[in-house]
Parts: sequence; structure tokens; C-alpha cells
Amino acid sequence: MSTQNRTLFVVGATHHRTPLELREKLALTPDKLSQFWAALAKLRGLSEFAVLNTCNRIEFYGVSEDASTIAELQERFCEFQGFSADEFERVRQQSVGQEAVRHLLEVSSGIDSQMIGETEILGQVKDAYAEAQTRQSVGPILNRLFQKSFQHAKYVRTNTAITEGQISVANVAVDLAQKIFGQLEKTKILLLGAGEIGEKTAKAFQSRGAAGLTVSSRTLERAMGLAREFGAAALPFEHVANRLSDYDVVVCSTSAPHAVITAGDVSAAMKKRRAQPLFFIDLALPRDVDPAVANLENVFIYNLDDLARIAEENRAARENEVRRAREILKEKSEALWKQIGGLVAGSAVAPRAAAAQENPLSFGLSPNAKS
Amino acid sequence: MHSVPDRQWLWLAAALYLTGFILGTIRLFGERKKSTGLTYGIVVVGFALQTIGLNIRGMAVHGCPIGNLFEIFQFSAWSATALYLVIGATFRLSLLGYFTACLAAVLTVVSLSVPSWDAVRAVNVFHGNHWIEFHAALALFSYGVFGLLALTSIMYLMQVHSLKSQHLQGFFSFLPSVLDLDHISLRLLTAGVVLMTASLIVGSIYWVQDTEMVNLTKLFMTAGLWVAYLAVFGLRMKSFLVAKRLAWACIALFALAVISLWPVNSSRKPLPEKSATHAFQHS
Repeated sequence: MSTQNRTLFVVGATHHRTPLELREKLALTPDKLSQFWAALAKLRGLSEFAVLNTCNRIEFYGVSEDASTIAELQERFCEFQGFSADEFERVRQQSVGQEAVRHLLEVSSGIDSQMIGETEILGQVKDAYAEAQTRQSVGPILNRLFQKSFQHAKYVRTNTAITEGQISVANVAVDLAQKIFGQLEKTKILLLGAGEIGEKTAKAFQSRGAAGLTVSSRTLERAMGLAREFGAAALPFEHVANRLSDYDVVVCSTSAPHAVITAGDVSAAMKKRRAQPLFFIDLALPRDVDPAVANLENVFIYNLDDLARIAEENRAARENEVRRAREILKEKSEALWKQIGGLVAGSAVAPRAAAAQENPLSFGLSPNAKS
Repeated sequence: MHSVPDRQWLWLAAALYLTGFILGTIRLFGERKKSTGLTYGIVVVGFALQTIGLNIRGMAVHGCPIGNLFEIFQFSAWSATALYLVIGATFRLSLLGYFTACLAAVLTVVSLSVPSWDAVRAVNVFHGNHWIEFHAALALFSYGVFGLLALTSIMYLMQVHSLKSQHLQGFFSFLPSVLDLDHISLRLLTAGVVLMTASLIVGSIYWVQDTEMVNLTKLFMTAGLWVAYLAVFGLRMKSFLVAKRLAWACIALFALAVISLWPVNSSRKPLPEKSATHAFQHS
């Protein structure tokens, strides 16, 4: 087959156009992915392919030898999943040539993700490529494309600030704790109250290595239940004030109608731990910690509004960086396309603007596209 | 009078420290990135050149080059940089490199820019006694430690301010954690007090043998500073002086230490029977 007929493409559905309930129907379980892989391997005219299957996207990267291959792939996928072809047509996104190159670079870098700059996606793209390698479904074009995408993703993350600053309240709180205590392995955390956001914050602490967690709630049963869930210790609520000095971080999310920790409690605790800072994360409404605590030396306090504002600032900063990242990746994709383009059809190369005009469902027109 | 090439090496070192500081400033405030390997590398090269310069000076004067204000500033900058190269690498304190480059640049450029500080040098100031020379070198090395302690204290105050005022972006985001800075400061305070105590013990052995050897201004200044640092250390160990007040105390004491160098140096009188003055021609 002549290279003139080859087309590099990506087709699939992502969080940009496909709501969660549809993505759930489109997602491939490991077993189904294995079965569908076998079906794709038999698809005529598909010389190389890889499948990126995450909770936010199902994408097929491939090299087709035939103009009808992409449509056939879609048809088989819808059949396999028992999904309406018309509905898939409505949500589907597709790019070819250099646009497909650029799309993978943006996906790998995390700038196409729902949570901009998240790093998990790079691992998922690597897994997808490893799977394709194991199944020997990739060749010279996809090999080069994927390998280069990892390299460029790393470059963008190093040279822009798209991954800097946490954008969830829980992670912002953990970041702040790290600014105070450094490593969290030896940090003692008290989770006060059983609010959902408090639990999320406690989980975020545990996921970053914090081991010393204690739970306290107005009802001891509830505290013990949560403690079991977290593999933590439980503390009777009435002992909190006396034991405050034992903890480095206090995460508050009770539903009490008034402050449950007073400046007097904290002042007394600080006399026992003068050299050690104490950090309050007050996620309760109304607030659990007396705001006057902020005036005490070596005591830090952040409430829900503070954390939400920081998360929002970080998100805005990341979005500003996305513009810069896109510019970098545009240059990288042009250079990469020059290398790959010789192996695939030159006629399939559509300039970004032209491709967008011709195909309104192009990945290039995703709602997050800034450039 | 004779020409010495040591100042050329020291100028080069000062230029590198200044470059490290300027590049670090551009990177931190312009590009909003942490100063990493580049600053460290520049400081390393600057330190190597300064070591060469001080070594040449030491060979020329047959001893530790701490015979005038110029040399004292140079030696203090060298001590602080040497410590940073160890501590910075151990604790991965990239921002400390930026501050050290700043401190070293200020100390070296200022000392090189005032020719009168190096115009005359008391020779035989140690009376040929290596123990007295060791005492002086230890004392100045402790000044370097206290200089670094002042820097970590400034970083501590900045981090606390950023957390309290909730200004966490940009420069502040590169600061080490409050607790890490506190731990490093405590270690530096301990090291500085131990070095200064050792220096005074060595010095006092010879002073009691010949009380005329040391002028009273220097004695009171140095002893006062030592008592002050010792008190700060004791209060910190008892947790009576912690956090911001400790940081301010360390900064104030270092400022006092630097200021005290002028009266101490100007009150230094060469002993008539054993010492003379030696003038350096600036290259």
C-alpha cells in the first residue's frame, strides 16, 4: 500500500462533548477491551492502532490504509457496545493528520483533561501505548507519535505552570499543611466532625503519606465508624480541648452552631507546644474555630472561603498557562508531523483552521480550546 | 608594596555571586521559577574562585587572611557560602542558594569596592601563634554560620507572613516549610554557638597569659555577642524563644555582629614590639 493513502487519525468521545451517563456506556471494561482489540485487529485497512480508555475519554488512534476504515471502526465499536450509531455520531470527535498529532500531545500533557494539568493522564496514555505494544498493534508511525508525545508532555509540564497549584479544596489544604510541616509522614492529624468535605480532606492527607490520623465526632459511634474506615484512632469529643496540643493539623467540619474550639483552648495548647506550629483547617459553616485564633503565634488557620479562593486562583493560573502550553505543543506537533508526515498521506494533512471548518466535531474545536 | 593577583580572583568570585543573585532574581520574579541547578553551579564556581583568591592571600601573609576589614568580610562570605554548599545540598534548599548568593555578593562587592579597607593590613597580628590564628578563624567562621542563620530566619519570617496573610503565589511558593526552616535554624544556631564558644575558649587561654594582647573594645563586643547568642540558644532550647521572635533575634544579632566589626577593627592596634603594618597595592 502506498503511503499516499495512509491516514493518521484519532476518533472517539471525550468529556468535552459526551456527558458522564454516555461515557459510562461507551467505556470498555478490561474484558471487553480485550475482545474489541481482537475485532479491531481483523479490521481491513487498519494498519496500526491503540486504544485510550479512561473515565473521561475513549479514543482510538490509528493509521488507516483506506478512507472507509474510520467509519467502519466507529460502526463496529457502536455495534460492540450496543450504542446507537446516531448518538455516537452526535458526540464523536475526530482529527486527522497533524491535528491528530497535536491532539495526542495535548492529551498527554494534561491540558485536554477535565482537571487541567492533572498528571494521571500521562500514565494512562503510557498504559494504552504499552498495551498496544504488547498486542503488537503499533508500528513505525504510532510508535514515534506516542514516544514523542511522552517527551513533549514532560517538556510542557517542566516549562509551564500547568501542573502547579492544587485546584480542589482538600488538596489545597494538604498543600498548605506541607508548607507548614514539610513532609507529612510524622504529622498528627485530628479530624473533628464527620462532614463530607472533612472526610475528603482526611483522605487527601492520607494519600500524601500522612499516617497519624485521629477522628473525633459528637457521637463516639460515628467517630469509631469513621476511624475504622480510615484505619485511624477515635477520640471522644469531650477530650478534644485537652488533647489539642497532641495534634499538628486539626481538620474541622462539625455541624455545631457555634465555635467548638476557642482561642483559650488553642492558647493553652500552644503553651505545651510552643516551638511546634498548629494548623487549623476550618471547613465548617458556621465556623468551628474562633477566628481570634489567627492572632496567636505559630498558629495558622484557613477556612472554607480561604481554601476555595486559593483553589480558584490556582485554577485561573493554570488556565492562563494552557494558552502557553498550546503554543508550545503547536510547534512540537508541527515538527513531529514533518517527521511522521512522510510515512502517511500528505493529502490527509489538514491545516487546523481548514480542518475545523470542514469538521465541526474535530478535537481542535473542543470547548477548552483556547487558541 | 607589591602587586597581588588575589583581588582579581576575588573580583571574579564577587561577579559570579552577583550573577547568581541577578539570575536568581530574574528567574524567581520574572519567570516565576525556582532557582535550581544554575544558581548552585554559579555559587560553586564563585566559591572555588574565592577560595583561590583567599588562598593566594593566605600564602602571601603566611596565615589565615583575616587581618583587615576587607579580609574579614571576604572570609565571612566564604564561610557562609561553604556552609550553604553543604546545607543547601543536604536539605535541598534551592532558595537558600539565592539568598546566599545575595549575602556573598553584598559582602564581597562592598569589601572590594572600598579600597581603604584593604589598604593597610596589620601583619603578625597573631604573634606567630597558630592557636590565636585558629581562634580568629573559628570566630569568623561562626560569623558565617550566623550569617546563614540570619538568612534562614528571613526565609522563616517570609514563609510565616505568606501563610498568615494568605499570599502564597510567586516567590513565596518556593520557600521551604516553616518546620524545616525552624529545624535548620536551630542546627545553625547550635553550630554557631559551638564554634564561637570554641573560638573564645582558645582565645581566652592566651588572653589570660597576656591581657594586653586584646583590646577591651574587641573583648567586650565579642563576649557580649557570644553571651547574646548563648542566651538565644538557651531560650530556644527551653522553648521560651520560638517562631517569629527567635527569627527576629537571630537577624538582629547578626546585624549587630556585622556592625561590631567596624569598632572592633578600628580599635585594633598593632602591638609595637611585634607587629607592623603592611600595605596592599590593589591590582
